[in-house]
Amino acid sequence: MSSIMSDLDEADATVRVRFVVNGRKTACDVAPRDTLVDCLRTQLELTGTHAGCEMGACGACLVQLDGRAVHACLMFAVQADGARIDTIEGLSESGVIADLQAEFHRRNALQCGFCTPGMLINAHELLSNVARPSREAIRDALSGNFCRCTGYEAIVDAIAAVAEARAAKAAQGAEGASS
Amino acid sequence: MTAPLTPLDRPNSYIGRSVPRPNAKRLLAGRGRYVTDIRLPRMLHAAFLRSPHAHARIISIDADAARALAGVHLIATGADLARICTPWTGTLDHFKGMTSEPQLPLPLDRVVWAGQAVVAVVADSRALAEDALELISVDYEELPAVVDLDEARQPGTPRANPASQSNICFRTQLDSGGVDEVFVAAAHVIEQQFSFGRHTPVTLEPRAIVADYEPDSGMLTVHHATQTPYQFQDLYSRHYNIPEARVRVIAPDIGGSFGMKLHVYHEDMAVVGLSMMLGRPVKYVADRIESFVSDIHARDHRVQARMAIDADGKILAMDVHDATAIGAFSTYPRTSVVEGNQVIRLIGAPYDFTSYRAALEVVFQNKVQTSQYRAVGHPIACAVTERMVDIAASRAGFDPLAMRDRNVIADDAYPLVSPTGYKFEALSHQACLRRLREIMDYDALRGEQAELRRRGVHRGIGIATFVEITNPSPAFYGVGGARISSQDGATISLTPTGEVRCAISVTEQGQGTEAIIGQIVADQLGLAQEHVKVITGDTEVTPHGGATWACRGAGIGGETALQAARRLKANILAIAALVLQEQAAALDIVDGQVVSAASRQPRLDVAEIARIAYFRSDTLPPGTQAQLTVSHHFAPQGYPFAFTNGIQGCSLEVDVDTGFVKLLKHYVVEDCGRIINPMLVDEQLRGGVVQGLGAALFEECRYGETGQLLNGSLADYLVPMAMEMPDIVIDHVETPTADTILGAKGCGEAGTAAASACVLNAVNDALTPFGASINTIPITPARILKALNRY
Ligand code: FES
Ligand code: FES
Repeated sequence: MSSIMSDLDEADATVRVRFVVNGRKTACDVAPRDTLVDCLRTQLELTGTHAGCEMGACGACLVQLDGRAVHACLMFAVQADGARIDTIEGLSESGVIADLQAEFHRRNALQCGFCTPGMLINAHELLSNVARPSREAIRDALSGNFCRCTGYEAIVDAIAAVAEARAAKAAQGAEGASS
Repeated sequence: MTAPLTPLDRPNSYIGRSVPRPNAKRLLAGRGRYVTDIRLPRMLHAAFLRSPHAHARIISIDADAARALAGVHLIATGADLARICTPWTGTLDHFKGMTSEPQLPLPLDRVVWAGQAVVAVVADSRALAEDALELISVDYEELPAVVDLDEARQPGTPRANPASQSNICFRTQLDSGGVDEVFVAAAHVIEQQFSFGRHTPVTLEPRAIVADYEPDSGMLTVHHATQTPYQFQDLYSRHYNIPEARVRVIAPDIGGSFGMKLHVYHEDMAVVGLSMMLGRPVKYVADRIESFVSDIHARDHRVQARMAIDADGKILAMDVHDATAIGAFSTYPRTSVVEGNQVIRLIGAPYDFTSYRAALEVVFQNKVQTSQYRAVGHPIACAVTERMVDIAASRAGFDPLAMRDRNVIADDAYPLVSPTGYKFEALSHQACLRRLREIMDYDALRGEQAELRRRGVHRGIGIATFVEITNPSPAFYGVGGARISSQDGATISLTPTGEVRCAISVTEQGQGTEAIIGQIVADQLGLAQEHVKVITGDTEVTPHGGATWACRGAGIGGETALQAARRLKANILAIAALVLQEQAAALDIVDGQVVSAASRQPRLDVAEIARIAYFRSDTLPPGTQAQLTVSHHFAPQGYPFAFTNGIQGCSLEVDVDTGFVKLLKHYVVEDCGRIINPMLVDEQLRGGVVQGLGAALFEECRYGETGQLLNGSLADYLVPMAMEMPDIVIDHVETPTADTILGAKGCGEAGTAAASACVLNAVNDALTPFGASINTIPITPARILKALNRY
């Protein structure tokens, strides 16, 4: 009996973490060794975040943590306790990256799509920091996102086009406001 | 670009049009469903204990402690799985004399490479299964390991497989005759040795499988990240003795494959057996470290080449020897000798000469298997040929482009048979060369290079022509006894509301197979593409077919869809003719409406025909049976392969102090026959080029002396990233094949085929002032510095 109980205790060695995922308060019981990417994909069924290397080298697992792109494979879920997490699913629903997604689609800046959520999250972060990055700067910003399929050029083109469109829209808005 | 099949201004004319892939939006929203994502009720997870030795005897396995761990459901060894799975052997009959040892999911008594799976654990979670692995102890007796390719070929070297007589897997030769005489009489003879490192496909989604055996119905369902579901249906059925109709293989979204996911892997076979033993779904996803030691590798060749040319720079003959090491087994069911076989058959292919001799030696060693990966053999053949052409050009005093102009087979010389027996229907080397000269602005680039060289900046320009094998007929695998289909099948239906669904055996891994099939069907039926739904990747749903490999999706799959759509259209018009009391020949379909063929006057909605046929068949003349579902198969019957061709160029800069190479620009002119979707073709070319550039400069599986892979992680194995890759300029020449109505060939391998050859030539071009040369791939900074005597 006691051995059954201790077995059960062991199986129960989880920690409760709470975060705001894609705008909703969420609580999860995770093992201390569970990474954030595992927790998102398995417990929360947010399978749009992918794992390609589990060592911070490929960028497939990028999510936004308190508004910044981070590798969900390099963090334990417990470390994200109390954080705001936005994944590709949430960013898609809120519409904040709709223009990037549309441009990726139009230019076919994806093939198998496995790298794509990470690419989009990284591109979104880049464009939030730099309004009109050069092609060089875009390529540089993507240097931690591995894509085996596309050859990268269409991705660079798509991001550059969105940067231009956003800048043009901003200029128009400013003009509209001043007139 | 030359004129497409149909004028693009006609409604529903989709062939030749760049339209986005309907399926891509899902993936952009993070709503793909990859095998990695699949979770089934009562699903368990497998993990594998792997051999730490490259070659060892298994003395004993002690798994008692692991078995006792809570949450562990099953521990299986080689002997356990051998009871239910029959062994397989990776040989084909048409490779005469080829040998390879029988293989089982897990080894019985000997491991033959470091990383080979030895024991399987199935547990409630992957983490628990890995905990259990740590409690298993295996006693090994180490055996001598054969690591290096050259060493494996030496007589007296220990054997990678003690049961076999030598390390030789396969030998073959080609000889057009009289080669020695041509060499003796030639004005110049050049000779060079080449070495190509091992690399590996590194798909971003690793291998993944969920096997689900249901004991009561005896039904096996496998969700499998593969290009070839039918091939696996056949294999699981035969090796586990389950009737074929009770095996269903589903390939949903696949995170990249490039040939890697069409081979039999020991772990995947094991997972099927584990599910059968437990009667529950079992999932296995290779982690990245496991991928490096268990996914197929490719290349690993040493080539010795000679070329004879006359005083005018005309190529007269080539004589080559290719040695390649393939690991301890030949892969199943396609074997590991196809690459070498294609190397010796493709060398020299673009050029007009008839004296050719080649020998191939395929050897075993104690490393993971090599096998077919994107552009099988092409990059080796192309690098050897094109480097030899460049050396010959400099010897004879010709510019590299002029040298190729002198020597490529003339565009009006076809059809012809190459000295290696390949039958070329129609290639366009001369037209491609002309286009490349223009898009590179070749003469200006040379001028700039000379100018910069004076200032100590070392730019190089590289050129590489290529021939690509696409659309294989049964001559490729079928004749060798492999149950790998060269035909494809489609079932196409008009639904009751007038939509069309097409279930077809070619598969999608992101290249846009479903998009182009939808374009072809919509084009042929006269519908808007959004009314066509294409279904792929499920053996339960589509007819049997070869699926997607060797660039057969467009050429063979596309033709299958085209012919099926034409048959369905004829059936629709037959019913329309009855309803309208017209001749069927006087009717056509435009934009979902039956029209008068002559006046284009709308007569009746296609949806109305569907309504009548499905719900009011009583209103049709007696004896009419509407056939609004058509199943159709197509197998290539003309040329054994559809060869394509093209040429690539690149410009790069070598930093002679650090050995670093900066790629500046890459150019491709390609002829893949009829182009269905130019945007998708360009994407295939760019992706292919970048894979070739990675191979040229970065990618190499490095082994230690004891056969341990030293750089098996994404931090240590370098892959091409956005920052290092150039923009790629693409142009096309279009020479459709006359073997099919569609005229499409393939384009998936073209980029990879010549990119590394281009870089090799360009780096050597840059190093010319130093009298240095390099003939090893990948061209790492260390190798460049070594060539420059600075290291
Ligand atoms: S999975 Fe996190 S960076 Fe690769
Ligand atoms: S689209 Fe496949 S990895 Fe980027």
